[in-house]
Amino acid sequence: MAEQTAPPDIRDEIAPPKSDAAVVRDALGVGIAVGLSGFAFGVTSAGSGLSLLQTCALSLLVFTGASQFALVGALAAGGNPFTAAAGAFFLGTRNAFYGLRLGQLLAFRRVVRPFAAQWVIDETTAVALAQPDRRTARLGFTVTGLTLYVLWNLTTLLGALGAEAIGDTGAWGLDAAGPAVFLALLAPMLKSATERATAALAVLLGLGLMPVLPAGVPVLAAALAAPAVLWFRGRREEKEEGR
Amino acid sequence: MNVWLAIGLTAAGCYLVKLLGLLVPADTLERPLVQRLAALVPVALLAALTAQQTFSSQGSLTVDARAAGLAAAGLALVLRAPFLVVVGAAVLVTAGVRALGG
Repeated sequence: MAEQTAPPDIRDEIAPPKSDAAVVRDALGVGIAVGLSGFAFGVTSAGSGLSLLQTCALSLLVFTGASQFALVGALAAGGNPFTAAAGAFFLGTRNAFYGLRLGQLLAFRRVVRPFAAQWVIDETTAVALAQPDRRTARLGFTVTGLTLYVLWNLTTLLGALGAEAIGDTGAWGLDAAGPAVFLALLAPMLKSATERATAALAVLLGLGLMPVLPAGVPVLAAALAAPAVLWFRGRREEKEEGR
Repeated sequence: MNVWLAIGLTAAGCYLVKLLGLLVPADTLERPLVQRLAALVPVALLAALTAQQTFSSQGSLTVDARAAGLAAAGLALVLRAPFLVVVGAAVLVTAGVRALGG
């Protein structure tokens, strides 16, 4: 980009203007990198015993990575369809909160919303929120969403086909892809002591309850670590104020 | 059939929460407690899922090559590696440890 002196118009945004090319570049970078990891999902899903059609249906219809991995993991562990779906659903609820912020930022027309909704996920939200104004945010959201949707579904198909060709996915270490994806999503969330305490308690609950509860249920029980930690913190703050 | 049921439920549920966020007025979920829970529940779920899928097989606790793979992923994250590298490191190290008879 050549240096340009901005015309002396009154801008309604404080952030410096950003060229469309720069927005598209950012969006493509995220879209391609994460889109390719659909390959890991395809392999994991097919390796867990789901058919090619089932694996591709998940990527097309669910299109939120963590929930997809959680579902096939729970089904592979022998969970019943309701507990497996519940775990995937609760993971997906964070997208509602992304939608809230994006709704205000992007201000899509009512007609567009049902179509835009499918793309409301971690990556599109991150790219859209990083843009300086509404127009570039819309561009970032759309380019990231489109790139990711196309690539994620394409690589899911390739991964599922590859898994059938490979046979034993474990020998290739591909069963480690799922937990690595979860860890990569989790790491940036562990900002404060509250998050770390929640994660630690959830690990204890998730592993500790596994031998005694049916498959899929311990993960749901581990979700209770969140209200538990919040409640405990609230009580401690009350005690400190009471002195 | 059970798998299709799980897929149907998950697809419907996940799409509806995405749509809900775009449709509701912004102040609906503005309560601080709701916001904080919404931020913390994914942390709990992701942590439990990471641990379970690393340290379990057929419903019992095990430590195998996946633990080494996850450690590699953790190291990659500390070194601020991109997403694909993190996943790739876990897969490669797990496969490597298994090849060595781990």
